[in-house]
Amino acid sequence: MSGQKEIISYFKKFKLKDHAIGIAFVILFFVAIIVGWPNFIKIRNLTNILRQVSYTGIIALGMTLVIISGGIDLSVGSMTVFTGGVSIYFLNTFGPNSILGIVMTIIFSILFGGLCGFFNGIMIAKFRIAPFIVTLGTMSIFRSLIQYFSNAGNILSVNTIYGKIGMASFFGIPLPVWIFGIVAFLLHILLTNTSIGRYICAVGSNEQVANYSAIKVNFIKLIPYVITGLTVGLAAMLWTSRLNCINPSDCAGYEMDAIAAVVIGGTLMSGGKGSIIGTVLGAIMLGIINNMLVLGGISPFLQPAVKGFVIIIAVLLQYNNEKK
Amino acid sequence: MNKSQYSIEVKDIVKEFSSVRVLDQVTVGIKPGEIMGLIGENGAGKSTLIKIICGIYQATSGTIFLDEQPCLLKDYVSAKKLGIAIVPQEFNLINHLTVYENIFLGNEIHKGMFLNKALMREKASKQMTALNMSVDVNQLISKLSVAEKQMVEVSKALMLDAKILIFDEPTTTLTIKEVKILFDLMKKLQSKGVTMIFVSHKLHEIKTICDRVTILRDGKLIAIEEIDDINEEGIARQMIGRDFSQVFPPKIERIDGDLILEIENLNINNLLKNISFNLRRGEILGFAGLVGAGRTETMEAIMGLRKRDSGLIKINGKEITINKPQDAVKNKLGYISEDRQGKGIIQIFDIPKNMSLISIKKYKKGLFIDKKKEDNKAEDYIDKFNIVASSKKMELKYFSGGNQQKVYISKWMDTNPEILILDEPTRGIDVNAKREIYEFIHSLAESGISCILISSEMEEIIGLCSRVYVMKEGQISNCITGSAINEEEIMFNATGLKGKI
Repeated sequence: MSGQKEIISYFKKFKLKDHAIGIAFVILFFVAIIVGWPNFIKIRNLTNILRQVSYTGIIALGMTLVIISGGIDLSVGSMTVFTGGVSIYFLNTFGPNSILGIVMTIIFSILFGGLCGFFNGIMIAKFRIAPFIVTLGTMSIFRSLIQYFSNAGNILSVNTIYGKIGMASFFGIPLPVWIFGIVAFLLHILLTNTSIGRYICAVGSNEQVANYSAIKVNFIKLIPYVITGLTVGLAAMLWTSRLNCINPSDCAGYEMDAIAAVVIGGTLMSGGKGSIIGTVLGAIMLGIINNMLVLGGISPFLQPAVKGFVIIIAVLLQYNNEKK
Repeated sequence: MNKSQYSIEVKDIVKEFSSVRVLDQVTVGIKPGEIMGLIGENGAGKSTLIKIICGIYQATSGTIFLDEQPCLLKDYVSAKKLGIAIVPQEFNLINHLTVYENIFLGNEIHKGMFLNKALMREKASKQMTALNMSVDVNQLISKLSVAEKQMVEVSKALMLDAKILIFDEPTTTLTIKEVKILFDLMKKLQSKGVTMIFVSHKLHEIKTICDRVTILRDGKLIAIEEIDDINEEGIARQMIGRDFSQVFPPKIERIDGDLILEIENLNINNLLKNISFNLRRGEILGFAGLVGAGRTETMEAIMGLRKRDSGLIKINGKEITINKPQDAVKNKLGYISEDRQGKGIIQIFDIPKNMSLISIKKYKKGLFIDKKKEDNKAEDYIDKFNIVASSKKMELKYFSGGNQQKVYISKWMDTNPEILILDEPTRGIDVNAKREIYEFIHSLAESGISCILISSEMEEIIGLCSRVYVMKEGQISNCITGSAINEEEIMFNATGLKGKI
């Protein structure tokens, strides 16, 4: 009897909008199967989509925290190429076959990204400059610096083994996808089960309340930018090791993909509330849409336009939901 | 009485917020040129009713008649077009615009394609003179005092040449002199045939200015009375539904308790001057004064939320350092702000998350939050404070003011404070929740926790406190005790003027 009641109350409480992302994902997936028949559903195609979304997907995970904290980070694309380029210079100091060099470079790359994020975060949290302005500035700075260092040419790695990391696969799933999954799991736990995650939501929802609740607001605001920097470092490492080189004009528009994934995933642009799982789904959905466009033979020049529309529609739906 | 005499009538108005009924079948008619008082406790539905009249809210059911014609008010803009204007309770002024720009905001005078600034300035300064305000209309709003802002808000409504003018608790921030100016102005408008609704919970003001009074309680219309047929006590009884004396628990006198908190010569430049006071263990200490007298600022300075220029804080006789809120929490101080929504609770958090926001360390198991423990503790508070919620996982924005306040109190109680500062703890909450909060403060004091109560509601201070500091213009003007704690004495110390208006 009570079991029956529970089921009834579950369905009564079940609101479509609470599960909108999951439902949208399933619908999109089926549409893609039909439209992209038979190529879409092939395992090779699916792993390929996952690989493609995982670079910006990893960054989007950090971006989720930034947006929940009430900020934004426009510099992630430039930061990726900056970190990637500098880490190749670092790697090259070790010589062509150095395993130590590779290990050190992986660590270096992550830390260097973290440092870039720390710079953004300090400007925002300590000096109280608007996140949009700070990261717009560093977006330009990071890209400009790496172009200067490389004379705007390809930065090639001399290490012969490094390139194998980016192409590695375990159990048929590419390394970047594994890392995407692991980072998502860690940040999901951070967001939902630790006091830091709780504080990030509180600060993003209402900074005053957080301050009056004896939360160290400045410190909490800094953290998401550092984490985003670390995820950028990871993505940069994966990207450079895939091709064993990087071009200073690479990774343009990463900020767009990352923010799009976050927004489609249902995180409030106004801050305070969001979900890592949503971002993962958002990133994959973007990948599926892109894949459909490719399979459908639509001009690659139109792909960013579709992405732009998807973001606007996602925010529109969010806004209407909030009003109700 | 003939119905056609009404210039505005609301009929069978019902308003529900997420299925909570805040107005229940309210019918009121107001005659042309009449000043109708609208009185009721916080949460009685006064503000909701007038927001429906000016189109800011839409009634769930019921009709509004203007000059006997049913009309649809879909927003404030359409209400303004029909000649309804409001002087809101909370300021709707834009701080970085000037006085005259605010007065004409949304109602600008043009000369061809461009703004006619000269004419607007002239009209605005004429209006301010009529209100006896010596304010430069080119001054920025942010530079004005609270009372001056109130007068700008009044001018803004007057500029609309409204037929129906609503004053939503306009006197809370005004001094007695300014209240008098406002009342003179209302009389002048009345002689011109303007219909007015005056919302207040101050009985003597209603008695002074209104022709009739409408009394609301818990969203229901209790009575509409001719002002000459009813005295202040009568209004109060109808408003509260019982006698005043039953509202407050018996007073606790703790003249011999140990001094737990001592503040010496607290100064903030241009804001607070030589604030010194003390608090005894288990005492309920009152802080009275007009809005802007510096009570909130004093407490914020003690909590480390504001920088002090000088001043000593002693707890149990020992000097301590408080530079940030974390220091205050460590020293077992708690502060419940007057601005519940802006500084108190996270609206999109549920009960457990709000409850544990300050005390989260208690719920940590290793790196992670023990959510079960957190939920259980939240259940305890829900029982203890009688918090009405369909689920503890509901976001706080769907809660009534009273229930939000109880969650806010739980949040600070969870830090186990020894000193709890309550700043206007009953603002915007219904009568029953109010009484529960009074009883709660009383039980806190009985259990040995020291409370500081800031309140602009005189009855609260008089009904609960054993000692009252009165502040005036950033200074403590007096400390009164015993039978001296009465309305007249407090007003005298808060304003420097004898008597009521």
